[in-house]
Amino acid sequence: MPNCKTAVPYKGTPEQEEKLRKVIEEHKGQPGATMPVLQAAQGIFGYLPEEVQIMVAEGLDIPLSEVYGVATFYSFFSLNPKGKYQISVCLGTACYVKGSADVLSAVEQKLSVTPGGITSDGLFSLDACRCIGACGLAPVMMINDDVYGRLTPAQVGPILDKYIKMG
Amino acid sequence: MEEKMVNLTIDNIPVTVPAGTTVLEAARSAGIKIPSLCFLKDVNEIGACRICVVEVEGARSLMASCVYPVSEGMVVHTNTPKVRHSRQLTLELILSNHRMDCLTCSRNAQCELRQLAADLGIDAVRYANDDLMPQIEDTALHLVRDNSKCILCRRCVATCRKLQEVGVIGTNDRGFNTHIGCAFDRDLSEVDCVSCGQCIVACPTGALAEKDSTAEVLAALHDPTKHVVVGPAPSVRVTLGECFGMPVGSNVEGKMVSALRRLGFDKVFDVDTAADFTIMEEGTEFIHRLQEGGTLPLITSCSPGWIRFCEQHYPEFVPNLSSCKSPQQMFGALVKSYYAEKAGIDPKDIYVVSIMPCTAKKYEVKRPEQRMANGCMPVDASLTTRELARMITQAGMMFDHLPDGEFDPMLGMSTGAAVIFGATGGVMEAALRTVVAKLTGSEMGPLEFTDVRGTKGIKEASYELPGKTVRVCVASGLANAKIVLDGVRSGKLHYDFIEFMACPGGCVNGGGQPLHPSTVRSFTDLRGLRAKALYKQDSGMEFRKSHENPVVQEVYATYLGEPGGHKAHELLHCTYVPQKRYRTDT
Repeated sequence: MPNCKTAVPYKGTPEQEEKLRKVIEEHKGQPGATMPVLQAAQGIFGYLPEEVQIMVAEGLDIPLSEVYGVATFYSFFSLNPKGKYQISVCLGTACYVKGSADVLSAVEQKLSVTPGGITSDGLFSLDACRCIGACGLAPVMMINDDVYGRLTPAQVGPILDKYIKMG
Repeated sequence: MEEKMVNLTIDNIPVTVPAGTTVLEAARSAGIKIPSLCFLKDVNEIGACRICVVEVEGARSLMASCVYPVSEGMVVHTNTPKVRHSRQLTLELILSNHRMDCLTCSRNAQCELRQLAADLGIDAVRYANDDLMPQIEDTALHLVRDNSKCILCRRCVATCRKLQEVGVIGTNDRGFNTHIGCAFDRDLSEVDCVSCGQCIVACPTGALAEKDSTAEVLAALHDPTKHVVVGPAPSVRVTLGECFGMPVGSNVEGKMVSALRRLGFDKVFDVDTAADFTIMEEGTEFIHRLQEGGTLPLITSCSPGWIRFCEQHYPEFVPNLSSCKSPQQMFGALVKSYYAEKAGIDPKDIYVVSIMPCTAKKYEVKRPEQRMANGCMPVDASLTTRELARMITQAGMMFDHLPDGEFDPMLGMSTGAAVIFGATGGVMEAALRTVVAKLTGSEMGPLEFTDVRGTKGIKEASYELPGKTVRVCVASGLANAKIVLDGVRSGKLHYDFIEFMACPGGCVNGGGQPLHPSTVRSFTDLRGLRAKALYKQDSGMEFRKSHENPVVQEVYATYLGEPGGHKAHELLHCTYVPQKRYRTDT
């Protein structure tokens, strides 16, 4: 399931945790505290791993299941960090009719990762995005700031190998 | 202050109800049953399923009557073509995502969804999804979840969160991916679920069910090498009849004993007897802690759901827990020691079955600290009231025709004190009966401690005992336990003795008790009626204090020695330890 535990180990620093504790303290006891605290937590850590959600649950004295329910309901929240290389495959209308779904599955198969997820070495994170305004090049994939257009599934492997080589 | 009344008409019937009443309840008072699905009174009132919609004149759209309050002059129609069409369409859409294996479903005839389809006249499901596969999650010892039958009513989530303050299940993801599960979709066995089973009795469909152990019990009954002994818990005798259509609060002890005997159990004993032993041990422990300056408040340990909650949520109170095993575990321990010796049977050949109001008992029988010195686990299988009812039905017994039987004598005699264990406050009252007699040295003291009776969530009282005022508290439902413990921890509340039961109302309302649809659960005082039957039985008993039980006296005199003594400790006590609440490994 894409929304489950992240594949990379938790690397939060004591400074980050202290920051989160302060935010929790400010919101504790207020109705509707979960959302702003989670938003701040994502700002601090970049994502919401289990360790961070437990801190929020214990800090606000609410069940972890409630925190997780909120975190998985809103697409703003991410359970995975971003990789060194952030892959976005466009599933907007133009790209989709040009076969971007096949491009996406080629990436999924090559890296064993699903949209919203990250590879266990932290190198690649994968997202399916909507239109990036390059419809003329459809189907389009972005890796960080590099744009790859007019893609076929067969081209995906060699492109990714380039980044794997760079490490 | 006089309650403000509101006048309205529902289906042209004038109705007068207190302000704040919902349209659904107002309609009930006029004899109109509005169908509902997600509604569970005081627990889940979220107006989410849209089955209970009604037309309110002047309102923009159909209104969910379970959450819509009445107002003066309101005109409501509950049975118009628009209402009927909306309800039918909603139900069809719910059914479109429900795996309909009704004939072989564990809920079968007791399914609220199935009943609703009949009530609303659904004769075909136009959008049936035949591709739904079972989604079985059966990692916990007590429960099986199948999300392919879940209709997302959230009754289980609200029960876990609001009644029990445990909150291990929630609503994960959104849209079509929405599903009920634990945080990070961990298995139920990995999280701090207390196994109370209240989610099962709250569930309207077959998405949640107890883990059925009847097959292994039947196998033991047919195994000639096994000596199979059974004992039912105090509360089961006042609830089992409901499974056979008897009114809530019927005491069927005699018929239950006959049924157990006809099922082929070699000995039909009574866990009530073990409850009397619990009082002997726990009473002794309390007096000891009171007089020797031990850890107070002493907190009862009969409810395994409460024990697990304490270990994980309030580990600092673990030293306050009584070291007594629960009556179920004392029962098994006595059968596999005292009874085995008297009957000349190797304890390893004895198979002990308990009939419990509880699903957490399935978890308790497997807890490692329960293992006896002879290597045996005290209880081999724990069945819920519902499972026993299924065994009786499958055996072809006409329950209401059964004669009244009597328990086998050796561990089958009990007192009124044991009988009331099944209701919240019962353990406390039973303990007080014995503690007062021991401390005053007189049997003339009070017998009925009515302050600790009743279905209120938290009850307190104080009693003058020689040299000491004893302050007691009784709470049921873990949300109430949390309130009490937070008060004790912060120093606001002071008690010497506390009784906690995980389920609201105590064992009579346990997670293994007979199922009733929301229309019954929401408007019937199940706990009160069932408890009343226990107190009635207590008041008619020959012996009403545990220490007066001749079996108890005999076993201590000839086998155990002193209450709280060495042998009693070895057999009837154990140690609980704090446990981690969360895990973060993969």
